[in-house]
Amino acid sequence: MTANIKKQEDSMSTVTPTRAPHSDVPTGHKEEGRVGAGLFDPKQLLKSLPDAVRKLDPRVMVKSPVMFVVLVGSVLTTVFSFKDPGDWFGWAISAWLWLTVVFANLAEAVAEGRGKAQADTLRKAKTDTVARRLSKDGKGEEQVPGTELTIGDLVVCEAGDIIPGDGDVVEGVASVDESAITGESAPVIRESGGDRSAVTGGTKVLSDRIVIKITTKPGETFIDRMISLVEGAARQKTPNEIALNILLASLTIVFLLAVATLPPFADYAGTHLTMVVLVALLVCLIPTTIGALLSAIGIAGMDRLVQRNVLAMSGRAVEAAGDVSTLLLDKTGTITLGNRQASEFVPVTGTTEAEVADAAQLSSLADETPEGRSIVVLAKEKYGLRERHQGELAHAEWIAFTAQTRMSGVDVDGRKVRKGAAGSVIAWVREQGGEVSGDADILSNRISEAGGTPLLVAVEDTDGARILGVIHLKDVVKEGMRERFDELRRMGIKTVMITGDNPLTAKAIADEAGVDDFLAEATPEDKMALIKREQAGGKLVAMTGDGTNDAPALAQADVGVAMNTGTSAAKEAGNMVDLDSNPTKLIEIVEIGKQLLITRGALTTFSIANDVAKYFAIIPALFAVVYPGLDRLNIMDLSSPDSAILSAVIFNALIIIALVPLALRGVQYRPMSADKMLRRNLGIYGIGGLIAPFIGIKIIDLLISLIPGIG
Amino acid sequence: MSSVLADVLMVIALVGALALVHRPFGDYMAAVFQSGKHLRVERWIYRSVGADPDAEMRWPAYLRGMLVFSAVSVLFLYLLMRVQDKLPLSLGFKPISPDQAFNTAASFVSNTNWQSYSGEVAMSHVTQTAGLAVQNFVSAAVGIAVAVALVRGFARSRTGDLGNFWADLVRCIVRILIPISVVAAVLLIAAGAIQNFGDIHTITTLTGDKQAISPGAVASQEAIKDLGTNGGGFFNANSAHPFENPNGFTNLLEIFLLLVIPFSLPRTFGKMVGNVKQGYAIVAAMGIIWFAGVIAVTWLEYAHPGTASQLAGGAMEGKEQRFGEGPSSVFAVSTTMTSTGSVNSFHDSFSGLSGGVLLLGMMLGEIAPGGTGSGLYGMLIMAIIAVFLAGLMVGRTPEYLGKKIGTREIKLAACYILVTPALVLIGAGVAMALPEGKDAMTNIGAHGFSEVLYAFTSASNNNGSAFAGFGANTDFFNTTLGLCMVLGRFLPMVFVLALAGSLAEQKSVPETAGTIRTEKPLFTGLLVGAIMIITGLTFFPALALGPLAEGLAS
Repeated sequence: MTANIKKQEDSMSTVTPTRAPHSDVPTGHKEEGRVGAGLFDPKQLLKSLPDAVRKLDPRVMVKSPVMFVVLVGSVLTTVFSFKDPGDWFGWAISAWLWLTVVFANLAEAVAEGRGKAQADTLRKAKTDTVARRLSKDGKGEEQVPGTELTIGDLVVCEAGDIIPGDGDVVEGVASVDESAITGESAPVIRESGGDRSAVTGGTKVLSDRIVIKITTKPGETFIDRMISLVEGAARQKTPNEIALNILLASLTIVFLLAVATLPPFADYAGTHLTMVVLVALLVCLIPTTIGALLSAIGIAGMDRLVQRNVLAMSGRAVEAAGDVSTLLLDKTGTITLGNRQASEFVPVTGTTEAEVADAAQLSSLADETPEGRSIVVLAKEKYGLRERHQGELAHAEWIAFTAQTRMSGVDVDGRKVRKGAAGSVIAWVREQGGEVSGDADILSNRISEAGGTPLLVAVEDTDGARILGVIHLKDVVKEGMRERFDELRRMGIKTVMITGDNPLTAKAIADEAGVDDFLAEATPEDKMALIKREQAGGKLVAMTGDGTNDAPALAQADVGVAMNTGTSAAKEAGNMVDLDSNPTKLIEIVEIGKQLLITRGALTTFSIANDVAKYFAIIPALFAVVYPGLDRLNIMDLSSPDSAILSAVIFNALIIIALVPLALRGVQYRPMSADKMLRRNLGIYGIGGLIAPFIGIKIIDLLISLIPGIG
Repeated sequence: MSSVLADVLMVIALVGALALVHRPFGDYMAAVFQSGKHLRVERWIYRSVGADPDAEMRWPAYLRGMLVFSAVSVLFLYLLMRVQDKLPLSLGFKPISPDQAFNTAASFVSNTNWQSYSGEVAMSHVTQTAGLAVQNFVSAAVGIAVAVALVRGFARSRTGDLGNFWADLVRCIVRILIPISVVAAVLLIAAGAIQNFGDIHTITTLTGDKQAISPGAVASQEAIKDLGTNGGGFFNANSAHPFENPNGFTNLLEIFLLLVIPFSLPRTFGKMVGNVKQGYAIVAAMGIIWFAGVIAVTWLEYAHPGTASQLAGGAMEGKEQRFGEGPSSVFAVSTTMTSTGSVNSFHDSFSGLSGGVLLLGMMLGEIAPGGTGSGLYGMLIMAIIAVFLAGLMVGRTPEYLGKKIGTREIKLAACYILVTPALVLIGAGVAMALPEGKDAMTNIGAHGFSEVLYAFTSASNNNGSAFAGFGANTDFFNTTLGLCMVLGRFLPMVFVLALAGSLAEQKSVPETAGTIRTEKPLFTGLLVGAIMIITGLTFFPALALGPLAEGLAS
């Protein structure tokens, strides 16, 4: 099983694209925080206006209890304004209340609008494909529309065909252009059997012929799901969003009670409160800011994932990502560069380093694997050995590297040179009647302990067969990984490296990379057991995977990110799919999840803190007439009662629009401890939320008082 | 010694005593509720009520036990008052009218102890001792039992079991309330409070009038009245009466008794959840609000404008000369913020703004430090709300003490915080809309409104104190306030126990660096802020028309 995993790691590393991110996706710089920064164009507001007005439908509005109350309030004030048409104040309040509702809808419409464009592109990819279905007897072929395919159908695709539906390749190999989904223009190889058999409907075959077994019903294909996801049509409220909505609804009820019981109190005090004033007070007190932006925040969070080419199959998964406390990271491709590289040549007693280098290079010329190439390169760079080509040496018999022999080499001029895995080379030396020196064993062990992989170099010539030395193959840890893991640790996230390597090697790399823990010689069962163990302790686990044998673990993990290059079983089991198939992205996904929750919390706090200032504007305006002492609460020194109430309502509406960019972009996120983060966000959104409306309302009041005839 | 210095020294002595006692006492209470042993007298009680004290209860069973017990208590108390004339030691008092009997039964069972009667001229010895005094113990114990169940909800995981209601109730009475009451009663008697079952003395005053002096088991009732945050005085004048509260020492002792259980329970909580620091954060939030109230009221009373007040060195109307400004203010703040409702001065006579602070103290939901048990669970509910906001701000779905605050938890917490504001506002709104409200007022203007607002705030939050003079003994107020007391007590308890059950079923999430640190001062600050903004703002319009209008007028 160990070897199997290794092979899988290798194959994964070869298909992992290392391209730059899309140019239109701002990845940001470290100083700014890695996640954040979705672009926001003010023009989008204007474009989404019709959608926003369409959303005024009460059946839609009722889903957000807070904004529904505002809608009812708007209707009420408008009706009362019609009863008293000469009162400019009633009209002004009504107008701003309507604007409050529209602004809220606008926020949602803008958030949805960003997904629409992507959905349109995807739709183009799936329109009108015609499938060439093989008849049941396997002989004939018929043309049917892609929408009429059923699960189990076999279809043929040749160069130039659009693949009509999701499925697995059952026959043949082809290069496929998946840019319609991934945005990646370089073609990928799809072949029958193994972990690269899955094809996606809407992608295009560039060469060769493949037979595909359809695995998904039309309408439920990957591309269909993707469209509904980016459009937000399939969006369901996430658990935390529901909980927050309940809290907001209960606050709304409390304030509704506070306002509804006010008229008898006021009547006793000797002043009559009009419906317009009561509604204005209510709207100012209920948490409209967060109520208006809540769904936009959720949509934008999903959208930020889509921009990074990650599809979350449920919003729940995005929230869970924020809560993850254990990350399982595959070593190869995530922590280390895909391939091991030669780093030194170590001679056994009686030979020189140069001799080893020469033999190593010679024997590696027939090894086209990345490891083999790195040996040739190291010999050239470190020992100045010119890279020879296979054609230069006449009468040479080349032995190419294969996974079975695990050895490569050359026979030339009566000299046989070999290099390869320790076991294979030792067996070869003995076969040739040579002696294996004890040195080789000691050196190999030393390299293993240091986390490297030893390859032996051996020669058979006139002096007989013998080991010359050892090549030290080293895993190269990606740059910046240690810092990243330190950050994760500060955020309270434990990292576990998963590898097929032996424990010694694994430990050395784990130490070098700075991960908290590692799982060596990992089998899928081990992975599953690890996940279950962590979950039993109450932890949430995230992992990536691509193979069919990863599927159970992907399903078990709280956040399972399947690579798009992986099998359809893996994609089915995970709750996210990374179209770039970049395992490092798991870290970004966690950050996006956190950012989503922080944005919600920050705007809720801001919204509630706002109430203090509004009270100081409205209460003296309502009651200073009967109790002049209450004018002392008018600390903003607002010009008139009408202007004070109107200013509060206007501020309440404008703050929604002002915060739309923040809701869409998300609160800036930097990895830091919970304590620091709370202090920072509480400072900005809590204290800021207390102070900002005092300033805002005062400014609006000043402007209103400039209008002649008012104030 | 200036009176200000004396006041400062008194507060220092009080805080010092509480600080000294709360640790061992809190630990003792934790040990009581976690102990596996039963005393002989407890076994005897369990046998007589047919309860199995070792059977674990899930939340519905716990709730059922609590509700059945309380319903039986209301019924028993009601009947006792209705037939008191036929029982011995009746002192010749008539039976209590049905509406007042309901009101009083509801009041004592809900730990409110709102009194629409004058004890010394209405209640017989049997009613006072076998009825009201018993409820002083059991209603306090019910509150503590519910709080302990909630704490178990946090402390336990993957079980629905919350302990045994009968065991919690009986242990609380036998091992906590009775021993302390006995000691406190002896101290009170030694310091001058009375304790007897004599007949009414009629004396002739200096001016030749006749005056009836009522006797009674005062000291024993006084001790549990304060210790159990009940507040129902033996006499109408309550702790202002020299037989209940003769001097400065007994005054300090009574304030200490008011505060000692509510301020020690957070330690019990910390101990039971295995992290005493969590308890400190809760007690700090309680202490900050209580202390701010003490400072505000004392300062406002000293600074009261007006010639008479300035000559007297502060607003002395309605206060006892033998206590003075500071001890009266500290008592007033402590009694309103502990849901006790006993008084040693008339809250009605406090300056407008101080009256507002006392009202606010109750409106916050009686959580700083709150009633016995109810203060702790009320504060924990607010902590859940605060955690929900703050938890999001650190990028995780919120969790408190390792328990996720999800949809179900927030739904129950939201219901909890809805109850009392709804009762207060609807009650006061209805009273003000009907002629009954205005008829009961003894003052006009904003102060008259404050009286009505105070009555509903006090009843719904189970405080029991009143703006004196308010004519509460009418069918309307006996009934509406009685309902407010019952609903304000038992509805929140339903939500608390349901929440406890839901928390206990969860598995515990381990703490990491990404977890919000709820034992840090930052969280305490956040908690205080959330309480002030969320609860305080609900009542701001009403407060503006009552105490604020009055206080800011001058």
